[in-house]
Amino acid sequence: MIDFDTLEKGQVIGSKTISVNRGDLVRYAGASGDFNPIHWNERFAKEVELDSVIAHGMFTMGSAVDVVSEWVGNPAAVIDYQTRFTKPVVVQDPAGTNPTDQPGTEILVEGKVGALDAEAHTARIDLTVSVDGTKVLMKSQAVVQL
Amino acid sequence: MGINPDIVGRVYPADETYQVGREKIREFAAATKATSRAHYDLDAAAELGFADLIAPPTFAIIIAQRADAKLVADPESGIDFTRVVHADQRFTHHRPIVAGDELVAELHVDLVREMGAGAMITSRAEITTTSGEKIATTISSLLVRAGE
Repeated sequence: MIDFDTLEKGQVIGSKTISVNRGDLVRYAGASGDFNPIHWNERFAKEVELDSVIAHGMFTMGSAVDVVSEWVGNPAAVIDYQTRFTKPVVVQDPAGTNPTDQPGTEILVEGKVGALDAEAHTARIDLTVSVDGTKVLMKSQAVVQL
Repeated sequence: MGINPDIVGRVYPADETYQVGREKIREFAAATKATSRAHYDLDAAAELGFADLIAPPTFAIIIAQRADAKLVADPESGIDFTRVVHADQRFTHHRPIVAGDELVAELHVDLVREMGAGAMITSRAEITTTSGEKIATTISSLLVRAGE
């Protein structure tokens, strides 16, 4: 259990690396019902001026919050969660690899306490989500009821 | 050829029931690489005080995007689906979604604004149970890039 009174603004709550390959995108498409071809068809993605297939923004948002769920020990404690999608997460398909086996693009997620509300007993966790040092989400904030 | 600004204020009614299934929660949790056992295992959910599996924090996107699809498909909205980019997303949970919930979403078009040659449209899904209990509010903005 998290002791609210020991929390401090700026405190790091955890970090993790999420790998995403083409197989993960197909799986997320099926699970979410978002079948936009920019997330699974390279020809189509390039025709609409993307570098390649990109991850669903909601894949990145959905997987990043696990740092928060894991820290608090209860995913239902996340009462508010928001983000802006600023940069696409490109997922390549290297020649000679099995798309479901190769590790794919690495998304680094780091969580810090951004704000504390003693009255509501909530903590706002600010997530930094980046690929190769470039932030792909902005204002990614999860409010946790403690 | 942008978004029709007159659709601000339009409401798409909560007419389709979404039944939250255990296997869908497991599937969605696995697809987002969620590690909490409470998404997969009934005993783990029970330890946290829930009668059934807990949906991941972004699970409501399934219901919200079904509601958004009505707006995108509305010929009066003027949205070209092939030029849509997801710009931002917010979930506010009034209570956690659990397996067995029967949910509906009422979609509100809150804002349309010009963004350079394109436009941004912000919609809000008010998700409730079929008996009217408030479950979640989701807000999403779509950027519709200008055609060439």
